[in-house]
Amino acid sequence: MRSPRVAALLALSLTSALVLSACGGGGGGTTGDAQGAPTISVYGTEPENALLPGNTREVGGSKILDALWSGLVDYNQQGEPENKVAESIESPDSQNWTIRLKEGWTFHDGTPVTATSFVDAWNYVALKTNAQSSSEFFSNIAGFDQVNPDEGEPTAQAMSGLQVVDDRTFTVALTAPSPIFVNTLGDVAFYPMPESFFADPAAFEANPVGNGPFRFEARVPDQNVTVTRYEQWGGEQPVSVGGVEFRFYADSEAAYQDVVSGNLDFLESIPGSFLIDNLYQQDLADRNGNQPYAGINTMTFPIYDQRYADPQLRQAISMAVDRQAIIDNVYNGLVQPATGFIPEGVPGKVDDQCGELCTFSPERAKQQFDASGFTGPIELISNVDSAINREWMQAACVSISNTLGVPCNFVPVPTFSEFLDQRRAENLTGIFRSGWVASTPTMEYVLRPQYTTGAANNNSGYTNPRFDALVNQGSTAATAEEAYALWAEAERVLIQDMPAVAINDQSAQFGWSPRLQNVELTYGRELDLESVTVQE
Amino acid sequence: MGRYVLRRLLQLVPVFLGTTFLIYFMVWALPGDPLAGKCGDQACPPAFIERMREEYGLDQSIFVQYVTYLGNLLQGDFGENFRGQEVATLIANAYPVTIKLAVVALVIQAIIGLTAGVLTGLRPGGFLDNVVLTATLFLVAVPVFVTGYVLQSVLGLRLGLIPPTVPADPGFLDLVVPGYVLGSLSLAYVARLTRTSIAENLRADYVRTATAKGLTRRRVVGVHLTRNSAIPVITFLGADFGTLMGGAIVTEGIFNIRGIGGLIFGSIQRLDGVVVTGVVVLLVIVYLLANLVVDVTYALLDPRIRLD
Repeated sequence: MRSPRVAALLALSLTSALVLSACGGGGGGTTGDAQGAPTISVYGTEPENALLPGNTREVGGSKILDALWSGLVDYNQQGEPENKVAESIESPDSQNWTIRLKEGWTFHDGTPVTATSFVDAWNYVALKTNAQSSSEFFSNIAGFDQVNPDEGEPTAQAMSGLQVVDDRTFTVALTAPSPIFVNTLGDVAFYPMPESFFADPAAFEANPVGNGPFRFEARVPDQNVTVTRYEQWGGEQPVSVGGVEFRFYADSEAAYQDVVSGNLDFLESIPGSFLIDNLYQQDLADRNGNQPYAGINTMTFPIYDQRYADPQLRQAISMAVDRQAIIDNVYNGLVQPATGFIPEGVPGKVDDQCGELCTFSPERAKQQFDASGFTGPIELISNVDSAINREWMQAACVSISNTLGVPCNFVPVPTFSEFLDQRRAENLTGIFRSGWVASTPTMEYVLRPQYTTGAANNNSGYTNPRFDALVNQGSTAATAEEAYALWAEAERVLIQDMPAVAINDQSAQFGWSPRLQNVELTYGRELDLESVTVQE
Repeated sequence: MGRYVLRRLLQLVPVFLGTTFLIYFMVWALPGDPLAGKCGDQACPPAFIERMREEYGLDQSIFVQYVTYLGNLLQGDFGENFRGQEVATLIANAYPVTIKLAVVALVIQAIIGLTAGVLTGLRPGGFLDNVVLTATLFLVAVPVFVTGYVLQSVLGLRLGLIPPTVPADPGFLDLVVPGYVLGSLSLAYVARLTRTSIAENLRADYVRTATAKGLTRRRVVGVHLTRNSAIPVITFLGADFGTLMGGAIVTEGIFNIRGIGGLIFGSIQRLDGVVVTGVVVLLVIVYLLANLVVDVTYALLDPRIRLD
């Protein structure tokens, strides 16, 4: 009896030693309140990259960066830029800009925000060897082709177009006039960086220092990021909340349950299953909102596939989609049908550009479709791992099939990354889901990356020299009004060619806990942390 | 006995090599680009992609990647995932929670399952027996995610008895409901296994002998009968502990528990082979050791069993 007992004990202690050695870390930090002001919790997802403005292009990270940093300008809800750190941004010719900073702005480490903070940060992001994901945002500044050439190593370390005049002034020379230069400056890519970043980027990644209303406190991987109020923040109104916990959820349904029971303070997108019959409006009576944002749902044609090469056919399919039926059945009437390719809320958008071509017109659709001689079933392809993509694509399929009298198959792709891969490799042989959010509120940012020839997000293979020319002319127009007119013209060209079918403008349904008041969304579809208040 | 334990420990080596390679290869073979979501919906600039591929060795062949990975692993370096987080830190954050959850599940399983099993096994065919048989049948039939969502909605959302999700650093009490959900399926098996075992052994010679010796019924059932009948149940519970550690994906997802299950699930979705392999290595070790403990426990329960 003796030896087995010893052995059992040995084995037991081995397992527990192993198990205990895996313990250790853990434990979410508790947020120290800034002078007793309440802390709130906000839904988030784990950032894909380190918390650096120049290297963040996805929502999970941007949301946190927007709390940690303040840019030269901020967007109001109409998508128009308003000065934040900038005192003035002026130009006589839309090409040579002089930017003056306000006094009194400091980074969280106490150092002042100067012209150099911006110039150095922008040069860092633009430099090819730093391989930052936002480098393209600086491509219209003079000297960008030297720091980030298409081929080979950079021949300069800094862009010649950026000059520091004094502590609070710097100038930007563009390669061509850009009437909407100011409108782009609110993007995270343009945030300033303190000196400590350039001295030791790795240490900075572990403890980012911004100039925003909140300072970084702690980050637990896959769990949360906590920030506390920065009392010396340079912005105008006092921020009411003392700190924010961005709590990461793997599943937004769990987050929804938490908001309903007051365990989580804010969720900016209600999961699809609770939009059915507007269930969320019962669960979250008096604490829910529905606000349009500058995003659009589209279905893109694989124009590289000969079968879809005829614009007449593409128009026919556009007219065969009953947008209102999709919106009523899938979105419960919470969104608006698209009437063009520019989403609502982008300055300069012209209403009802598309007319009949984006309206459900079964007879004309059928006529035009039959004339095109298209054979075989129509396929609609989408990833099915997020939102309600599957549902609305299936509804579109039914509507196309009923109208045109051809079979329509919905082809699911399991994950977004697989779907994106196939899209970029031009492997898809059916009409595929696409969407765009104008996170930088300009028409250019909707048209250029998606539809100009060879653009990074132009996955359909669409090309039209006239469209490209109009977009380019708009980008270098003398005034914003001229630019808007040229881009609206480009949009009309696009509608005739119909490389994609515009389905609906997007809208955010959000909910909050009973503690929060004055809840508003920013232009970027985030909780406005500067204006929200808490009542215990 | 010592040789036996040593042999079992040595078995770890080939199993370790085999599983790590298979897992690494399978995650690598999944379709999709691990860098796809890096820049949101938009395409990343070429310079960015090039540097990431270089940094994570994605430009090399799978075998070179695997050998490099294994070399680091043997030095105790679990590597970094595609977000630049230390895999060792991720595991260290996730493991304590999962162990707690598995222990809670195991305790609930053992207490309810064994009690129900013993009570019904002593009176097979009785009223209680029928109730337990029906209840366990129901438990086996309902998938875990249904139990999970129903309990979360009813207890958490509608009645407000529990918070719908578990806090970041949960105590044992926070984990009772998720633990029950996780253990519910095995609970049914434990109850049924115990019942059958008890019912069979009730007619065994040694029970009759014990009773004939004049021992009290409590002693006969408590010591002689239960102890011998527990052997298959212990086997099951031991193997189940390993399963609980890795199989909590659904439960952890529903209750937003930041444990191993969620870590594996998220990493598979993100094609993060380094994390998946790292976690699976640990799971394999836990699984094998748990089985070893079970085998050794046999000898304690039944002195006739020898392990050399």
